[in-house]
Amino acid sequence: MERNYDLEKRKYVIGGAVIVIVLIFLIRLLSLQIMSEDYKKNADSNAFLKKIQYPSRGVIYDRNDKLLVYNQAAYDITVIMKEITELDTMDLCQTLKISPEFLRKKFRDMKDRRLNPGYSPYTNQVFLTQLSAEDCGVFQEKLFKFPGFYIQRRTIRQYTYNAGAHILGDIAEVSKSDMEKDEYYIPGDFIGKLGVERSYEKQLRGEKGIEILLRDARGRIQGNYMDGKFDKAPVAGKNLRLSLDIELQELGERLLEGKIGSIVAIEPSTGEVLCLVSSPTYDPRKMVERNRGKNHLILARDPWKPLLNRAIMGTYPPGSTFKTSQALTFLQEGIITTQTSYPCFGGFNFRGLHVGCHGHPSPLSLIPALATSCNGYFCWGLYYMIGARKKYGTVQKAMNTWRDYMVSMGFGYPLGIDLPGEKRGFIPNASVYDKAYRGSWNGLTIISISIGQGEVTLTPLQIANLGATIANRGYFITPHVVKEIEGEQLDTLYTQKRYTMVDRSHYEEVVQGMRSAVLGGTCRGANLPDIEVCGKTGTAQNRGKDHSAFMGFAPMKDPKIAIAVYVENGGFGAVYGVPIGRLMIEKYLKGKLSPEDEVMATEIQNRRIDYGIHER
Amino acid sequence: MGYMRGSVWKNVDWWTIGLYLILVICGWFSVCGASYNYGEPNFFDITTRAGKQLMWIGCSLGLGFVILMLEDRVYDTYAYLLYSIMILLLFGTIFNPHEIKGSRSWIVLGPVSLQPAEFAKFATALALGKYINEYTFQMQRTRNLITVLGIILLPMALIILQKETGSALVYLSFFLMLYREGMTGTVLFSGICAVVFFIVGLKFSAEIMPDEMTSWGEFSVLTLVILLSAFLAGRYCQRQSPKLAAYIFGIGGGGTLLGALFSNYVIPLNVCHLQLALCGGIVLTLAFFYLRERLRAYFYVILFVIGSGIFFFSTDYVFNQVLEPHQKIRIEVLLGMKDDPAGAGYNVNQSKIAIGSGGLFGKGFLNGTQTKLKYVPEQDTDFIFCTIGEEQGFVGSALVISLFMGLILRLIALSERQESRFGRVYGYCVLSIFFFHLFINIGMVLGLTPVIGIPLPFFSYGGSSLWGFTILLFVFLRIDAAREK
Repeated sequence: MERNYDLEKRKYVIGGAVIVIVLIFLIRLLSLQIMSEDYKKNADSNAFLKKIQYPSRGVIYDRNDKLLVYNQAAYDITVIMKEITELDTMDLCQTLKISPEFLRKKFRDMKDRRLNPGYSPYTNQVFLTQLSAEDCGVFQEKLFKFPGFYIQRRTIRQYTYNAGAHILGDIAEVSKSDMEKDEYYIPGDFIGKLGVERSYEKQLRGEKGIEILLRDARGRIQGNYMDGKFDKAPVAGKNLRLSLDIELQELGERLLEGKIGSIVAIEPSTGEVLCLVSSPTYDPRKMVERNRGKNHLILARDPWKPLLNRAIMGTYPPGSTFKTSQALTFLQEGIITTQTSYPCFGGFNFRGLHVGCHGHPSPLSLIPALATSCNGYFCWGLYYMIGARKKYGTVQKAMNTWRDYMVSMGFGYPLGIDLPGEKRGFIPNASVYDKAYRGSWNGLTIISISIGQGEVTLTPLQIANLGATIANRGYFITPHVVKEIEGEQLDTLYTQKRYTMVDRSHYEEVVQGMRSAVLGGTCRGANLPDIEVCGKTGTAQNRGKDHSAFMGFAPMKDPKIAIAVYVENGGFGAVYGVPIGRLMIEKYLKGKLSPEDEVMATEIQNRRIDYGIHER
Repeated sequence: MGYMRGSVWKNVDWWTIGLYLILVICGWFSVCGASYNYGEPNFFDITTRAGKQLMWIGCSLGLGFVILMLEDRVYDTYAYLLYSIMILLLFGTIFNPHEIKGSRSWIVLGPVSLQPAEFAKFATALALGKYINEYTFQMQRTRNLITVLGIILLPMALIILQKETGSALVYLSFFLMLYREGMTGTVLFSGICAVVFFIVGLKFSAEIMPDEMTSWGEFSVLTLVILLSAFLAGRYCQRQSPKLAAYIFGIGGGGTLLGALFSNYVIPLNVCHLQLALCGGIVLTLAFFYLRERLRAYFYVILFVIGSGIFFFSTDYVFNQVLEPHQKIRIEVLLGMKDDPAGAGYNVNQSKIAIGSGGLFGKGFLNGTQTKLKYVPEQDTDFIFCTIGEEQGFVGSALVISLFMGLILRLIALSERQESRFGRVYGYCVLSIFFFHLFINIGMVLGLTPVIGIPLPFFSYGGSSLWGFTILLFVFLRIDAAREK
């Protein structure tokens, strides 16, 4: 056969075409299989019907094993859009008691990928949450009429007591930002928003279980994926036992009715918070079910700011309660001894500066100065400390030494309580004053900080912690509200002692001063017949009426409770602070109030302070 | 013709047989994967599809053996007879009362149903080989060409009448063989141009350029026409000094570019009108040269420009008036003009999901979810490549495609070494058929070509197609084994 070489070359054209087509296919395969993850996700959402099994959230007890927070059955309604065939919207709205507008908005929001990034018409989407058993029952009967809709059993939180709302906190549906922070959450999940519900969210929530079912092209379930190899049973959340004494908390909230303020009680030996009252407060039971959003809004708009946990978020001038910390600092630094006396004739008068004081004998040594809450004594002390050039060289160094003492006592920074949102208060250092006075300042310029005024601010928790530190004679354990987590150790932060810079012996002297304040000084009202109470009043000046404060602990020898009471605009420390402190100590140590004190408690409960709400 | 009895086993191309066996075995495993339902695998049970396919494979191997044992001259001798029988069979099938999925192409003989269309390819290839092998045959002779076209178009028409458009289109692959045998490249070139113009023109017809006057589709096609005319003028008209081509390229391309810029930044106008004017200019210039130099090439380029224009502007009419609605939707979905995953695009979308979810190494044999849960329709026949893509991943899919490529390239080599024109023509027919099936079937599964229902050779479930391909291949091997040397 003759050969035509011109035509024979065409085999290369044909072979080339084959190779080009195969290359195009390979590139296409590469882009489908390797470059894009979308197809994998698509296949999974086609084939896998993931049924989430929700664990029960951990319940919460108080220190005496009283049940505070528990779970109650509620029902969510979910929907798979692709499975909806014919929807009788009127019937659906009537059954669920919702308006057609609400229904439309719900569907629109569900499909909005900005609000609901995980939307897919093939998977379960949350439609309504937290229906009560009765509402759900009505819907269940008609469920067959609404293909595509499903009922999912969930639990909601319930509260035994109308108390401790700030500590217990609440849970709510996760927001978009919650979901972005933690991939564990999907739309419709609940997350702790406030209090221990938030700070112990990981322990309380447990772990969601998952059942992976295979669904074929017609939507029929073909059994478990890999015979359930990847299924996961839900792990129940861990129960919490709080250090809180719910009865003490209730009494505290009762006593602060109609007043703005807080009461913090701590067990000194452990740092456990016994009560953490912030007034005004609210009923935690309002923050469950579908009304949460509405009620939360009402509370958020309330000018009294009931959502604010003043015990850890309110920063106040500590007033005279702060003098104890000054005494300790001066003793340790050798500025004073127990024998040192300072004159005070109606106050501190020096180089034209006057800090007023009330009538008492003069001159005074430390213990009577603490008992009578002498302003002059502590002004002199600070004046000499800041002015001790031989010892410190400059006022700046003296000031920063002072600051270090304060920080060692837990001031100026958040203590680290296991609740969200704790404030740090304020302890000035040298550079603050250098800036404010352009470097030209001395002990006299800043004298008011020695009596807990001026720049110094503390949270009620820090004041209570000061009480605990004195009760412990020199150390404290970071205050915390959770005593035990089921099957888990507490963070070591809550078991380690934190020592201050002051020796134990100096604490004994301050304890003596606080004891004599109760026996014959400003705190006489806190004197309980068979308990050795130690205390210190505080009357903090501010723009309006003085704040009434009390800090104390009892019993003196073996302290079981340290307490701080702070009532905004309550006047002298002895007016609100002391009697409230007394009642709280009595209640905790004796278990109940004596009949006379019960009368007093009711009397305080009914007293109101006029705050002129328009100013807030 | 040299042929030595007993040397078949020595002369037969074992490479091809090896590739064939690997493909058939891979194919069987794919059918197992695609037809597997949850539960105990029972692939050897004759009632399951996997079991049946195993039986077909056994028969095919027997068939291959028999073919190799027969004398090679049989095919040459009986080519026309076979072709006539097949035509009669195809003709008879049109009046077949049994319809399977709207198709009359199946002949039911007791428990076995056969699709004559699968065997008609073989007969047609033989007839073409025999006819072209005739001493007097010349591709350029009109009478010969018409006869060749008749041999191809007759079975095609009969198959279309059986409503098996996909199988009928396979016969177009014979043009590849005709090209090798001397058919002018113009035919292939025009065919490819027509397809490209059609696809590009349609796909982008609705997309408008920033000047809000010009359609991207029209603009792209006209630009292609101008550039191709420059190329053709340079290649065929003035080989020594392609000045004219340079002018066409410069003025036509530059004019288009300037026009587009002017329209987008200065005064919006329909650039296509300018391009049409440029085309007119090209035609006039070429006509002038044609009249002066009397060179036929000019005439052909003119024909190309005018023909392209007419073709392109008539596609709109064809698309809207000639095509049936379901074909229109298929094309629209394929071109990405319509995104309708629940409707017409469902098959392709699900098959892309199946393949895409395979990743690099796949989900493992029998672990594919897309295919197991029947998301992909026709997954053990036309869409069987999905199973490979999902369960064996990129590695497996690339391997299968490469095996096919190896087979086709090997067949080209074998065809080229044939001593008889009959053998070469037949070989090219076989490889063209494989190539067409590979191109359309895998292209369809990957969402690149239209959804045309033709099987993937050796993989798709079904006895007829497997036997058909086996006969095609082994007859060629038998012819090849008979060569001298």
